Formats: sequence, C-alpha cells, structure tokens
Amino acid sequence: MADSLQAARLLSVAEAIREGLERALDEIPEAFVMGEGVTDPKGIFGTTTGLMDRFGKERVIETPISENAFTGIAVGACLLGQRPIIVHQRVEFMLLAMEQLINNAAKLRYLTRGRQSVPMVIRLVIGRGWGQGPQHAQSLESVFAAIPGLKVAMPSRAVDARDMLMTGIRGGDPLVLLEHRWLHGVRGPVADDVDPDVLSGPVVRREGEDLTLVATSYMVLEALRAADALAAVGITAEVIDLRVLRPLELAPIGESVRRTGRLVVIDTGHRTLGMGAEVVATISERQLSHLKAPPRRLGLPDRPAASARSLAASFYPRAEEIAREAAEALGMDTEDRLHVERILDERREHRLVDVPDPSFQGPF
Amino acid sequence: MAKFDRDLAWRGYRALVRIREVELAIAARYPDQEMRCPVHLSVGQEGVAVGACLPLSADDLVLAGHRSHAQYLAKGGDLTAMLAEIHGRETGCCGGRGGSMHLLDVEAGLLASIPIVGSHLPLAVGVALARRQRREPGVAVAFLGDGAVETGAFHETLNFAALHRLPVVFVLEDNGYSVYTPLAERQPPRPLTDVGLSHGVEGQSVSGDDFLEVHAAMETALVAARSGAGPQLLVASTSRWLEHCGPYDDDHLGYRPQGELERAKQRCPIRRLGDQLRKSGELDDRREKALYADVRSEIDAAFAAAFAAPQPSAATAAEHVYG
Ligand SMILES: Cc1ncc(C[n+]2csc(CCOP(=O)(O)OP(=O)(O)O)c2C)c(N)n1
Ligand SMILES: [Mg+2]
Repeated sequence: MADSLQAARLLSVAEAIREGLERALDEIPEAFVMGEGVTDPKGIFGTTTGLMDRFGKERVIETPISENAFTGIAVGACLLGQRPIIVHQRVEFMLLAMEQLINNAAKLRYLTRGRQSVPMVIRLVIGRGWGQGPQHAQSLESVFAAIPGLKVAMPSRAVDARDMLMTGIRGGDPLVLLEHRWLHGVRGPVADDVDPDVLSGPVVRREGEDLTLVATSYMVLEALRAADALAAVGITAEVIDLRVLRPLELAPIGESVRRTGRLVVIDTGHRTLGMGAEVVATISERQLSHLKAPPRRLGLPDRPAASARSLAASFYPRAEEIAREAAEALGMDTEDRLHVERILDERREHRLVDVPDPSFQGPF
Repeated sequence: MAKFDRDLAWRGYRALVRIREVELAIAARYPDQEMRCPVHLSVGQEGVAVGACLPLSADDLVLAGHRSHAQYLAKGGDLTAMLAEIHGRETGCCGGRGGSMHLLDVEAGLLASIPIVGSHLPLAVGVALARRQRREPGVAVAFLGDGAVETGAFHETLNFAALHRLPVVFVLEDNGYSVYTPLAERQPPRPLTDVGLSHGVEGQSVSGDDFLEVHAAMETALVAARSGAGPQLLVASTSRWLEHCGPYDDDHLGYRPQGELERAKQRCPIRRLGDQLRKSGELDDRREKALYADVRSEIDAAFAAAFAAPQPSAATAAEHVYG
C-alpha cells in the first residue's frame, strides 16, 4: 500500500469519488447511480460529472424529489441483483427515506435468512458553514450507525472515499457513506488499486505514544493539526481515523490505548450519544486498567446548528479544543498549553469560522 | 374580463417593484460576503407571491419553502428583520438562527419557511385543521414549487386536506425547474392541476406573470376555501431569472433551452402591470420615478439597520432548545 501510494496521483475527495463511480459503473454491470442532480451541470459537487454521457440515462438516473420512493426503488432493484448507488446533496434529505432504509434495506437479508441482500451505497453529504442553518448542516452519523444491518462509513481522505464506495458497491450490504462537504476539495494520493480492506475498520493516520486521538471525517484533519502542535512541546499523539462506524472494529484503538493510556475521541456530529460515547464505553470496558486518565469526548453541543456565523465558533470544535482536551488528559503544564495554543493560532490560515478556507466559494 | 381596478393594480405594482428591488439589492451586495447564508432569490417570480398574498386577510396564514423572500414581503413581513436575518444578526426574524431559508414573521402571518422540499405542506394543513378545531376564521396558504409535487408529503397532504375539506390553498409556483433539472425530466407530461384533481382538489391554472390574473384566481380560491369547499390548488406558471441558489445569472450552464430566459424576461410581471397602469393613466414617468426612489431609500435604510445590528452573542447559543 505504501509503495503504491507513492506512485499515486493527487486527487481531491470529489475527484476520487467520481473516479470510484466511473469505475464501479465500468466494472459492475449491475451498478447504477440515482439521485437529484446526478445529471445536472454541477453533478453533485463534481462527483457525477460526465457519467450520464458515458453510461446513459438508464444507469445514471436523474430522480424526482421523492427520496423515500427512490430509496425503496433501489432496494427493490437489489432484490433482482442490481447494485444501486444513490446520493443526496445533504444528509437531511435522507431523513425522508429512513423508512425504506431502516425497515427494508437493513432488514431484508436477515428476514430472508441470507437469500436476499441489499448491496447498495447511499452517499450523503454533510453540510457545514456559510450559514446553512439547522436543516442543512446536520451530521447524524450516529443515527445511521444505530441500526444493525447497515454499514456506515465516513471517509476523511480521497483514497478512502473512492475505495469505500467501490468496496461497498461490490459488497453485499447497504452502506451509508457520509461525505463531509468540507472534504470534497481536499487532495490526497490515490493509488490505482482499490484497498479491499478499507471497510474493515480504523486506520492509524499518525503514530504516537503519549495519547490516542480518535476522530471521524473532517475532524480527522483537525485532530492531525492538533497533533502537529502538540509535537512542538514533545507530545506525540497517535491519530486514528475511525473510518467505519458500523460494524465497529475497535481492536486497533484498544491496542493504541494500551500503549498511550490516554484517549480523546472527536465526533463530527453531536457529542451526546455520538460515536465517541460508544468508543469510550467499549474501550473503558476492555482497557480500563490501561487508562491513565479518564477518556474524553468532543463533538457538537446539544443544540441545532445556527445560521449566524457568530454562533458557529462555539459550535464546531477545532484543533484548539482538541489540543485543550489532550492537555487535560495529559495534565500538561500551563507553559506548554500556551505554547500549543500559540502555535495553533499562528498556523491558522484564516479567521473565518464558516468556510473551510477563503478560496471556498461554494456552492455549499 | 373584469374592470381594471386601478387601485388594486397600483398596490400590486408597488409590491412587485419593492420585492424586485429588494432581491436585486441582495444580489448586488451578496459578493461582499456579509450575507453569509444560501439565498434563493425570487426575481422573475414576484407576480405569484404578490398576486396570492394581496387578497389575504390578517387571519390567513402563510407557510413557504426555501424560496420565500417574495412571500415574506408580500405577506407584510418586516424588511429590516429579513435583511438582518440574512446578515446573521440578533435582530433577524429568527435571531440569526435560520438565515434566508427560514424566514418567518408570525405577527404578519408568515408562520414558517422550511427549506426541506415539501416539509411545510403538512404544517399548512395542520394550521387549517387547527383553525377549524378552534372555530377560528382564516385560511392556510402553502406556497410550493413544481418540485414539491414529487414529494410524498404533497400527495399525503392533499389527500388528508381533501378528506377533511380543510380551508387551505396550495399556491404552486411552476418555474419549470428543480435546481437545473427541467420538469419534463422529473414528471410525466400532464397538467399539474390534474394532480390536484386526482385527490379531489379543485385547481386553477394562471399565468404567474399576470398579477391581476393570479389575484383574481386567488380570490376565487379563498372564497371556496372559506365556504367549506375544501382545499384549493392554484398553479401559476412563472420563471426564475437568476440561479437556483445565489445571486448570479446561470444561463451559461446551458441547462435551459437557448432563448428561454430572454423570452421569460419579456414576460416580466412588473413590466406587464406597469404597461397596464400606464394605459389606464394611473402611472407616468414621474410617479414611477418617485416609487423607485421611495422603495430604494427604504431598502437602503433597511440594509443599514440590518448591518448595524449586533450579531447574536455566543452566550445565547444554547437558549430555546427546550421550553
Ligand atoms: C427533501 C429535499 N430534497 C432535496 C432538496 C434539495 N433542493 C432544494 S430546492 C430544490 C428544488 C426545488 O424545486 P421546486 O420545488 O420546483 O422549487 P424552486 O427552487 O424551483 O423554486 C431541491 C431539490 C431539499 N431541499 N429537500
Ligand atoms: Mg421549480
């Protein structure tokens, strides 16, 4: 893997997803794509651009605003062996289709004792920033991850996004893939070969010995930033990208905590009943004797996302807050804390809290 | 053809011009990046909101979707509070919590705007149900786009409303597109009024570019709804001139047939009513100039007040999650 990544191309997450879709359509005759906007000029943030021209309207299907219906239609197609990939430009639009997802997609394999399966991928985009407000900026991964029968994954880098998509559509179960809008433009190396184990569980993104930071999706980037700043005061933080929320494989995290003895988990969605709660509970059950400090959790507070930017700063944790939690877990002295804070402050490329970077002009 | 009502036409004209100028002012200032939320502008579609809202009484309550600026203003929503909301200010109509997609002014009778397509339609029927249960006067009015016809909520709502003969009017703004996708790629060919009829809901088709026609049809629908005839559907053809979301023209994307937008602009609801008013002698250059000056100074003042208002304090962020 390391070798092939060196030879890899640099793709944005959006480009990698587009490549994954194109290859899936190419390699799997049963695969097809469905969603609102998949054939339009913007092509779901560039992820479906050109697919209809290449594969035709039968395999790249523009849909009416009928989310529950077309989710069920996808499930129905699965019963005859098709492999649909559906996409929504916001997580919230999937809420209209929870009935089909939870009652049918997640149950048919069990109900038929394995005679039927629902090999579909549901791509959902998590909105954030630019004042999108309470109904266009929800993450909700733990809602999906609460349901047995579903697989739920959150890529934080381009190669994982493509490989999760391609592995998911070749698999035999419904996969909910949550893509963070702030990651679509983030570039990373993408090898030609698909990693077939991408859905098997977490991956260590940075090695360390002093504490373990576990994050999902966009928060992996903030955790890496925090780890960078902590390194300046001699703290090595191990950063683990959880990647797959269901089925939850926590062995690599347990292994890390056995070494570090300290755990901070950062949720992309709400902290209460978030993935962090499950991770911390399980690690506490299994590794209590290795923990040198109480595990800590970060995530969105118990309120909706407001539109006004003045309310965004206290809503979304950043590297600063992650470093602060790490400092607490480590019992860092004031001088080191201030040093870390200063570094993060200096490295912050811009002060805007409602866009990923100043070049980001939307659409959101 | 009814007699030309000069007073009504003038009121309609004033409202159309005011909304158009507000929307154009938002579009012009949006690149300053002070309005930091998505905006779905109503430029080109004003005739529907104004025609449908002017006949409403104070008891009548409106619910709208993502494209709600025109409805909010036509129903009498406070302009400064709207602009403050779009600027993310404490004085905004949602205190900055919602942004452009959640405009509301309860005092003016605009109860909510919900940007999940179709999501507000059941709310409107619930309002109508409550009006009946509480023996209160007033009709519920739900604005929706052609895209909302595709939602399950639309059909379930029409069925329920028709079953209970509830006093609700659905005002369907058919601009022919859902984002970049034309109606023909989303729905089979049939008149949208037939969809209402299949649920037993009476419908009228009007040109949304003709304020007077929309107004007259809305009056008919309101009389029927008030008299217990059950839900009514008004299908108004109209055109969105700017991009689906944002301040710019997007014709270069090529999703509309060539010339369609130019032809739509020829049918401008403001110009159409203006011509009628001029012919009747009600409007001349002097009065028109005065109207625009008046409207623009109101808008400038509202922008200034909105901009000057404080941003919500982080200390208030957790308020109102629970009662
Ligand atoms: C349930 C749901 N699905 C998808 C969207 C994304 N979306 C926002 S506006 C829109 C188009 C709506 O078209 P229409 O109802 O015709 O209204 P218009 O924008 O033309 O005024 C879509 C698909 C949404 N907001 N809600
Ligand atoms: Mg439309």
